[in-house]
Amino acid sequence: MMGVEFVQLSLVPMAIGVLAAIACALPGNFLVLRKQALIGDAISHVVLPGIVVAFLVTGTISTWPMMIGAAGAALVAVGLIEAIRRLGRIEPGAAMGVTFTAMFAAGVLVLEQSDTSAVHLDVEHALFGNLESLIWLSADGWSSLADPGALAEIPSELPRIGIVAVLIASLVWVFWRPLAISTFDEGYAASIGVPVSLLGLGVVVAAAIAAVAAFDAVGSIIVIAMFICPPAAARLMTNRLGIQVAWSLGFAAISAILGYVLAGYGPLWFGLDNSVSAAGMIATVSGLLLAFACLFAPHRRA
Amino acid sequence: MELVRQDGNSVTQSSKPAAVSVRGLTVSYGESPVVFSVDADLPLGQMTAIVGPNGAGKSTFLKAVLSIVKRLSGSVEVFGLPFEAARSKVAYVPQRASVDWDFPTRVIDVVMMGLYAELGLLGRMTGAHKLRARACLDRVGMADFAERQIGQLSGGQQQRVFLARALAQNADLFVLDEPFAGVDAATEKAIVSVLKSLRDEGRTIVAVHHDLSTVPEYFDHVLLLNRRKISEGSIADAFTQSALQEAYGGKLGAAQAPIADRA
Repeated sequence: MMGVEFVQLSLVPMAIGVLAAIACALPGNFLVLRKQALIGDAISHVVLPGIVVAFLVTGTISTWPMMIGAAGAALVAVGLIEAIRRLGRIEPGAAMGVTFTAMFAAGVLVLEQSDTSAVHLDVEHALFGNLESLIWLSADGWSSLADPGALAEIPSELPRIGIVAVLIASLVWVFWRPLAISTFDEGYAASIGVPVSLLGLGVVVAAAIAAVAAFDAVGSIIVIAMFICPPAAARLMTNRLGIQVAWSLGFAAISAILGYVLAGYGPLWFGLDNSVSAAGMIATVSGLLLAFACLFAPHRRA
Repeated sequence: MELVRQDGNSVTQSSKPAAVSVRGLTVSYGESPVVFSVDADLPLGQMTAIVGPNGAGKSTFLKAVLSIVKRLSGSVEVFGLPFEAARSKVAYVPQRASVDWDFPTRVIDVVMMGLYAELGLLGRMTGAHKLRARACLDRVGMADFAERQIGQLSGGQQQRVFLARALAQNADLFVLDEPFAGVDAATEKAIVSVLKSLRDEGRTIVAVHHDLSTVPEYFDHVLLLNRRKISEGSIADAFTQSALQEAYGGKLGAAQAPIADRA
């Protein structure tokens, strides 16, 4: 399992899974602590129509059109929520729920009606991604990691999510202090000159970038799960923010690796023929980790 | 009596320098203003109480002074400067109930938030900084709780930690929003004594305060608010029965009858 075949078939999907999980879990910590966990859910729904429209306009799946499409969709979502709230006099939570699910559904419909056969973009892909298909056939063992020729052939999803994960991690590291202060006590943070609105927006934008970058490879199920499950489980492990974030990254990585392995080999162990969706299994593992944390973690609330 | 400063020099009403000067301050969240056209001069080196009924705009007044909420109109000067220029000399203690005490952080981490203005984004936290944070905790009697998770504290202990965070800023103006709300008697005494010692060091204290009966005992100066300014001045001049009647209307119960008119 750890030889040539592993490098060709499993290394890249696993690495993408881990990086996507980490990129989502990092902003997820702050979303959960700011009681905005549903924003992660919302973002991952709104992203779909944006990406579909970006594809229809440009005809390709590449990073910038996807980002711009997702950002445009987010703006439309915000406008729609305001319109529903004011014109319909409906409370904000309900307005958000209606908008996000309707936009996701619209994205699915447009996707079904458009010819996306040339690329990996269909409804199933939108939900589960295409992690298993991101194989690295030009690799012939671990030594390929040092071979520029082979590295050039590596699926482009890997460097894309890698760059995003590093970017988000650096931003969290640099802005750690103001992020922690404004997440705990926004009024106080504002009084000492922390730009609280900008930081709050930054967290949401970082989450959106992580969602878009992860979406293409792993689908929206993982994105939703990773925004919430690892940070929520990590919160129950410790009473310190820095340690919580470290735990959440650990949980995210474990979910990705264990989920991928279980999806590929688990059904065989149970005597079934086919493997199951890696993305679905990764999300399931993160949910199980959260369940275990709820039952056994040291800092559960009474 | 309140016109004599710590150094013994008599200060006349007209020349009394203001730590906070507010002119025509109006704040509105929706259609009707919460704070309307308030002028105030909160004196340097004194303890000022901001008093008024629920919904009178006391917290909003503080937040507008601190540029946390937007002013619709009016100007604010702190130590003769626009607030943004004087920010480093101001420490704010928000209402205890305004934050989630389940947040994953320890007492000492909260106090060290007060050092952010000094440390900036990536400045290194030195041993001296940590000692200072512990000294601030010690000053409010919470040194033994440094490593505790904040959710394990009582209301009074939480309030002391908030005060310790403000102390860590080493500010000249302390702005507190209901520092005595829901705290035990021992904490109230401890906080008053810290605030008075700060005043005696020449610092200025401004606090929203609810308990009318303790206003003359704790404070030197009062600003009575009910959306508009009702009265402002020394306790003897401004904290009068008639001003309170005007601020509170029929809501002023016998139990809260002030003692100021005796002064």
